[in-house]
Amino acid sequence: MQEVRRVISVIAMNESSVLARVSGLFAGRGYNIESLTVAPIPKSNLSRFTIVTKGNAKVIEQITKQLNKLISTLKVIEQDENMVEKEMVLIKFSSNESLSDIKALCDAYNGGIVNAGENSVIAMVADESKRVEYFISAAQRYNPLEIVRGGVVAIER
Amino acid sequence: MKMSGAQMVCEALIAEGVTTVFGYPGGAIMNVYDAIYKQDGFEHILTRHEQAAVHAADGYARATGKVGVAMVTSGPGFTNAVTGIATAFTDSIPLVVISGQVSLSLIGTDGFQEIDAVGISRPCTKHNYLVSSLEELPRIMKEAFYIASSGRPGPVLVDIPKDITAEMGEFNYPKEVNIPTYKPSYKGNDRQIKKAVDAILNAKKPLLYLGGGVILSNSSELVKEFANLTQIPAVETLMARGIMGYDNPLLLGMPGMHGNYSSNMAMSESDLIISLGARFDDRVTGKLSEFAKYADVIHVDIDPANIGKLVDVDYPIVGSVKDVVEKMLSLLKHHINPDRYQPWREILDRYNGLHPLKYEDSDEVLKPQWVIQRVGEILGKDAIITSDVGQHQMWTAQFYPFDRPRQWINSGGLGTMGFGFPAAIGAKRGVPDKVVVNFTGDGSILMNMQELVTASEYKIPVINIILNNHFLGMVRQWQTFFYDKRYSETDLSFQPNFKALAEACGGIGYDVTTKKEFDEALKDAIKQNKVCFMNVIISRFENVLPMVPAGGALYNMLLEHKDK
Ligand SMILES: Cc1ncc(C[n+]2csc(CCOP(=O)(O)OP(=O)(O)O)c2C)c(N)n1
Ligand SMILES: [Mg+2]
Repeated sequence: MQEVRRVISVIAMNESSVLARVSGLFAGRGYNIESLTVAPIPKSNLSRFTIVTKGNAKVIEQITKQLNKLISTLKVIEQDENMVEKEMVLIKFSSNESLSDIKALCDAYNGGIVNAGENSVIAMVADESKRVEYFISAAQRYNPLEIVRGGVVAIER
Repeated sequence: MKMSGAQMVCEALIAEGVTTVFGYPGGAIMNVYDAIYKQDGFEHILTRHEQAAVHAADGYARATGKVGVAMVTSGPGFTNAVTGIATAFTDSIPLVVISGQVSLSLIGTDGFQEIDAVGISRPCTKHNYLVSSLEELPRIMKEAFYIASSGRPGPVLVDIPKDITAEMGEFNYPKEVNIPTYKPSYKGNDRQIKKAVDAILNAKKPLLYLGGGVILSNSSELVKEFANLTQIPAVETLMARGIMGYDNPLLLGMPGMHGNYSSNMAMSESDLIISLGARFDDRVTGKLSEFAKYADVIHVDIDPANIGKLVDVDYPIVGSVKDVVEKMLSLLKHHINPDRYQPWREILDRYNGLHPLKYEDSDEVLKPQWVIQRVGEILGKDAIITSDVGQHQMWTAQFYPFDRPRQWINSGGLGTMGFGFPAAIGAKRGVPDKVVVNFTGDGSILMNMQELVTASEYKIPVINIILNNHFLGMVRQWQTFFYDKRYSETDLSFQPNFKALAEACGGIGYDVTTKKEFDEALKDAIKQNKVCFMNVIISRFENVLPMVPAGGALYNMLLEHKDK
């Protein structure tokens, strides 16, 4: 069966065991979580999880139902066109690279240099996952020292 | 009132109306056992193994409909309990299991008898808690009982660090639970129900596919009323035996791998399957692509995750069988014409006549089916029947005349050998006025035979009928059929002296090889009112038939096996 990419948002109690409960449903089926972002929802006792996974649509549907079934989850939202989806990346370059070129590249992706030190600079971009990937591949010519990608976050329009 | 965490556990159990706790003490749970010693609100039954404590609580729950309670210590106490918890989980049985844990300060240090109980039990509990402060203990106890028994029932683990059970605090047991993230829906969508009812009225070959959810939701009477009013034939899964009553002409039997011919043909030829509290287990459906090819499916289930999981559903209804069938009945009442399904019933009657469940009786050697039917004739609906796992389990499901819900108790989903005897102990404690018989095998019984001691000590007279084929019979049957008779590690010719074993533990033993001996032994066992092992030697190579080979289509049943 064909593999599909899915973004699932889970709103659940902000308590110690929740992350294990959520991720366990994927692990138990041999499914990898491609990316995962968790943070508390302000002024509540809830957290929001944004999960990106890949796999058989039927299995993912079953995982979604099981996520819903967890005692600690309030709501599960499956991503569709109606969501704005962003991801961020931090890239460290050596200060020996051409900083103005890097700056120009960042500008093209609505990003910027967020830190400049003696030996290295750090660039940041937050954009759709595809665009983040383009940015990373474009950055290759400046010999990145380290790339750290954040997980996807998504919100309904 | 100020009290210790241990006392709070006891007070919470009493507040929940618990009268029996099955368990086994140890270091991390000792404070609670000290509090148990000082109270008289409930009895505690000391099983001789933690697995048996959980199975006993499970049997108690299945027989009474109440929440079963088991208590164990940390580490090995807890890991011993896991098989019991998983067994209850797979069959959706409401349990609260309380385990001791090492003190908070030791958690994560590889402390003595420390094991991550919530981690291990996460995939086999409905929910679990590691109590992290005394303040939350009363609320967690309250929630545990609520979660275990509401919605789709299941086991809930409460893991309590030792220092919390020693700490003193104010006890305020909540009157209500408020879990904003957990709101099971019982009612079912009215529009979907209406559509399903229209489908029933328009069907030509409808079939009621009844599962354990009917029993769990206490809707057997209602479902029977529905069947009787509509005259729609029914099949009962392994978990649902007893709903319709064995002599109800609408009952075809049990579907699936060891189902009878008419049940499986009904599934295969039906044009509308009305699934009530069943979950399309692979042992029921056989090859999925060939399953119920001509049928639309109405699936009523309290658990939305069950709907559409394996089989495409045309009328999904999330709700309790009780609420939904009640609503269906009121909608159908004045429109139903039971004659409409008469031709369908005739087809099924013909199938039934063609290949009824059967076995060849013998004068030389006892046949397991005869033994089961004989117990049915003598005890009938007055008994609660439990079983272990294997051929004897299937024969019991096929041949015992079950007459009411909660009469038949077995590990259907997980298939746990060793379940039957402790479950029978729990059932007998819960329903003391019924005779409790455990049909077991010479393999299975050894997996919890230490419970002879428990049953003797507490005078819990469970009749264990060991259908002794000197084999791990079910596995042997597969080896005969599919592995060219290579009987790898299934020959149990080396046997204990079952009679002496029972006697050594304060029970009674019987050796039985003939019908006459069996009748006498059963009569005596009922009269003696003591735990017993009845070692019934049966024909060694008897097979469970019909059989749908694993992965085969339901309509392709092996009806006979002729040894070549
Ligand atoms: C704990 C456990 N281990 C292994 C099995 C696999 N198994 C299923 S049936 C069976 C044979 C049971 O033998 P016995 O209790 O003598 O029953 P019989 O089939 O002979 O009636 C085995 C080993 C199981 N179901 N449970
Ligand atoms: Mg056997």
